[in-house]
Amino acid sequence: MDLVQLQRQLVDYRTSLYHEGFLDEQFTQLQSLQDENNPDFVVEVVSLFFEDSERLLNELSKALEQQVIDFKRMDAQVHQLKGSSSSIGAHRVQKLCIVFRNYCEAQNVEGCLKCLQQVKHEYGIIKTKLESMFQLEQQILNAGGSIPV
Amino acid sequence: MAKPPRLLIRTFARYTERTAFERPLTSGVAYAVRVLHSEREQFEKQQGWTIKRMDTLEQNPVHKDDYNPDLLEPSPIQEEYAPVIFAQDIVSHVVSLDMLSGQEDSKNVLCARKSGKGVLTAPFRLLKTNRLGVILTFAVYKRDLPLNATPTERIQATDGYLGGVFDIESLVEKLLQQLASKQTILVNVLDTTNQSYPISMYGSNASNDGLEHVSLLNFGDPFRKHEMRCRFKQKPPWPWLGITTSIGILVIALLVGHIFHATVNRLAKVEDDCHKMMELKKQAEAADVAKSQFLATVSHEIRTPMNGVLGMLHMLMDTDLDVTQLDYVRTAQASGKALVALINEVLDQAKIKSGKLELEEVQFDLRAILDDVLSLFSGKSQDKGVEVVQLAVYISDQVPQMLIGDPGRFRQIIINLMGNSIKFTEKGHILVTVHLVEEVIDSIEVETESSSENTLSGFPVADRRQSWKGFRTFSQEGSINPFSHSISLIVSVEDTGEGIPLEAQSRVFTPFMQVDPSISRTHGGTGIGLSISKCLVNLMKGEIGFVSIPKIGSTFTFTAVFTSGSSSSKKYKSQQINKMSNSVSSEFYGMRALVMDPRPVRAKVSKYQIRRLGIHVEVVSQWKQGLSSIRRGSNAINMVIIEQEVWDKYLNNSTLFFDTLEKIDYGTPPKVFLLSNSISSSGANISTGVCNMTVIPKPWRASMLAAALQRTMGVGNKGNPCNGQLPSLSLRNLLLGRKILIVDDNNVNLKVAAGALKKYGADVVSATRGIEAIELLTPPHQFDACFMDIQMPEMDGFEATRRIRDMEHNINNRIHHGELSVEAYNNVSNWHVSILAMTADVIQATHEECLRCGMDGYVSKPFEAEQLYREVSRFFQ
Repeated sequence: MDLVQLQRQLVDYRTSLYHEGFLDEQFTQLQSLQDENNPDFVVEVVSLFFEDSERLLNELSKALEQQVIDFKRMDAQVHQLKGSSSSIGAHRVQKLCIVFRNYCEAQNVEGCLKCLQQVKHEYGIIKTKLESMFQLEQQILNAGGSIPV
Repeated sequence: MAKPPRLLIRTFARYTERTAFERPLTSGVAYAVRVLHSEREQFEKQQGWTIKRMDTLEQNPVHKDDYNPDLLEPSPIQEEYAPVIFAQDIVSHVVSLDMLSGQEDSKNVLCARKSGKGVLTAPFRLLKTNRLGVILTFAVYKRDLPLNATPTERIQATDGYLGGVFDIESLVEKLLQQLASKQTILVNVLDTTNQSYPISMYGSNASNDGLEHVSLLNFGDPFRKHEMRCRFKQKPPWPWLGITTSIGILVIALLVGHIFHATVNRLAKVEDDCHKMMELKKQAEAADVAKSQFLATVSHEIRTPMNGVLGMLHMLMDTDLDVTQLDYVRTAQASGKALVALINEVLDQAKIKSGKLELEEVQFDLRAILDDVLSLFSGKSQDKGVEVVQLAVYISDQVPQMLIGDPGRFRQIIINLMGNSIKFTEKGHILVTVHLVEEVIDSIEVETESSSENTLSGFPVADRRQSWKGFRTFSQEGSINPFSHSISLIVSVEDTGEGIPLEAQSRVFTPFMQVDPSISRTHGGTGIGLSISKCLVNLMKGEIGFVSIPKIGSTFTFTAVFTSGSSSSKKYKSQQINKMSNSVSSEFYGMRALVMDPRPVRAKVSKYQIRRLGIHVEVVSQWKQGLSSIRRGSNAINMVIIEQEVWDKYLNNSTLFFDTLEKIDYGTPPKVFLLSNSISSSGANISTGVCNMTVIPKPWRASMLAAALQRTMGVGNKGNPCNGQLPSLSLRNLLLGRKILIVDDNNVNLKVAAGALKKYGADVVSATRGIEAIELLTPPHQFDACFMDIQMPEMDGFEATRRIRDMEHNINNRIHHGELSVEAYNNVSNWHVSILAMTADVIQATHEECLRCGMDGYVSKPFEAEQLYREVSRFFQ
């Protein structure tokens, strides 16, 4: 594929992510932190985020299956998820986490279950989107181009 | 018994008359003779009159005027008679009356001759006078009788009867006349022989009101009893004094009672009101707390999206925009920043109002702060318009390098005052001066530029001395204690702006009060800044005042009390001392500079800035004078600094100046610097084309000067670009090589934060638990700062900080007491690592909690370059 086209595709794709609220300004900050000293910074951080989030989502699912639900622990876990999602700028996930924490505080099992499903869904989307974005970037880099800002 | 001769009758009458004074109480005396019936005829012949009876007279009393003795009936036949033969003139009408024919008289007469003693009649109406009277009767015997003579003997021996008439009324009147108080005393004389029917003998029958004195009278007759009753004629008078007094007392008592009652009522009312007030106060306080919470919440809610807006705008500016678009974006960004600033101000106001604002006590470099503020405003002053507003700072040499206080709040006051000045100043200058209060008090030589044109920019200004006229500090000079470490600074911000209208000057410090509602439209702002500044100045134990002349300008002056930092500076970690000024000054130390400036105030500012680099300064007002000074060459001059005004006027087209410089045959010729008022002109390279002339843009900052000197003179070139341009650049300056610990339980956050700090050149160490942080920060360690997440499981950021502070405190104490050697602790005797909280939460309470547990500040997550710079700059100057 033509390099310029690839680059344009990347820019469009990224813009759409911002537009649709999947990402926020923090992701830009993240990108600005990446430089020649730290060329894989964004990918590293995002991978860490995936790892972390998957662990947390698993734990949350398990917690909700228990007879006695430890809401306090769940709240702490959702807090973690909220922190990391806001750190990478995963805007939608972060917003959902706020709602999720309210349900944890209110000890609302129904709400928690619903929220968990939504968070999982959103997480799935952002993961896919980011991965395809990284793929695009990789393609551009492989083609010898530079990532447009 | 023979008829008494006429003479005898006359003699008796005369005698009794003459001796009447001896019997003052009798109204008359008469003598009656005892005549038996056998002797009556002869007696009547002898006397020439018949014996008259008097009982008819008694039964039909006649008026005294009608009294005629000849009309009286002759006495009826009796056993014996007692006709009156002699009588005193007054009672002569009784002559010939038979005493025995009268009821009372006969009883009297019989009684008298039987007992041989005087006998009183019951009171009766006297003949003729018709007045009440009594008659005292004595029997006259023919011979002396023994004391024990029997009644019969006495009757047989009786010759006649002597009677005295007592007119009771006149008697009593006479008595009373003697008492001389008839008017006031009423006297009743009663015959009380018969107890149940007392006979009134004298006095009116006035009602008996009980207040009377009763005394028994003895007229010498044991068979009759008389009483005298006396009472006051008038009723006892009202005791007016007593009455008035008691009424008065009553009235007073009533009044006092009323007053008391009213007071009690009032007290009760006031108490009631007080309760209501307390209730209202509680409500108001609750409302205030609610308001503060609301503000904190809302501010958080606004700040978060605003950060988004600002971030996006920042990104937008980096994209390819045409001039108009760029302008739009800049405006939007400025508005956003203004909004955030407003929220911060409102929060400040709320905090100050609730008394929750506490000042920090940290060591800081006042000069560095003012440099910083100056650079902050230099951009703004350039944007203003056609004419350039000159900004300058002058700090007296007497002001210590290091002070202890709250640099952030001090900076806030300065920024506020300068911000106002910038807003309202279109041309001229804004000058900040800092002196010790003592200097200003002591010296009368305080610049008198106000009157002349001798100001920084040549525009007249409001005399700053007027602005501190009302300060208490100056009225009580003795209050400055020379032995204490406290340093009283007096700071003036002088501008040549449009001034404050006279009518608005009184409400300058009232919150939300702008001079004119239109101001906020043209200049923005909330009008809250000055009131906050006033509060802050008060917290610094200072005062704030101003003087303002419309169309001339305003000068705001405040005082603030700090502690001298120099004496205790060793206790603080060396990192807090301004490295820049130390290192820079050593590079230029001992050099000499010549400043050409005809304006003393401006030259003074230049001199101050240059001297900060350790350079000796000579000021000449005339350029020719300067040239001669250079030519003389007695003291090698390393640099010549020329004010742009001088350059433009005299030297621009003159080659003489450079010729002179080139002709200098000793050492290296001095470098030439041009002090330019605006950055823009620095771009337009000076037209002379002289290669070795450098333009230094104003405002003066030591760092700027140092950078320029470094470039030109090739001294200690570290490759440091001139700072203060962009936060990220200066952040890099601040953070380069710093060892920083980041503590966050969230791996992603940790990595991002570490990435951000690494980008600015910091040496980052990460930790995920509070307990790890404590281990790492146990002295001795190499960390310069720590960024600490607050919400962490096991041990939160507050607790970790508290423990670190305890530990540091403990170690400091033991070093201090010699229990631990300083050498083992990197020669630092006062361990205090800067800990900044990282929080997504900007609520005031969180901030306060941060400070309470010993943190030095906080940064919001995720990191934002400008805020990070602000916080970090407080610690790494």
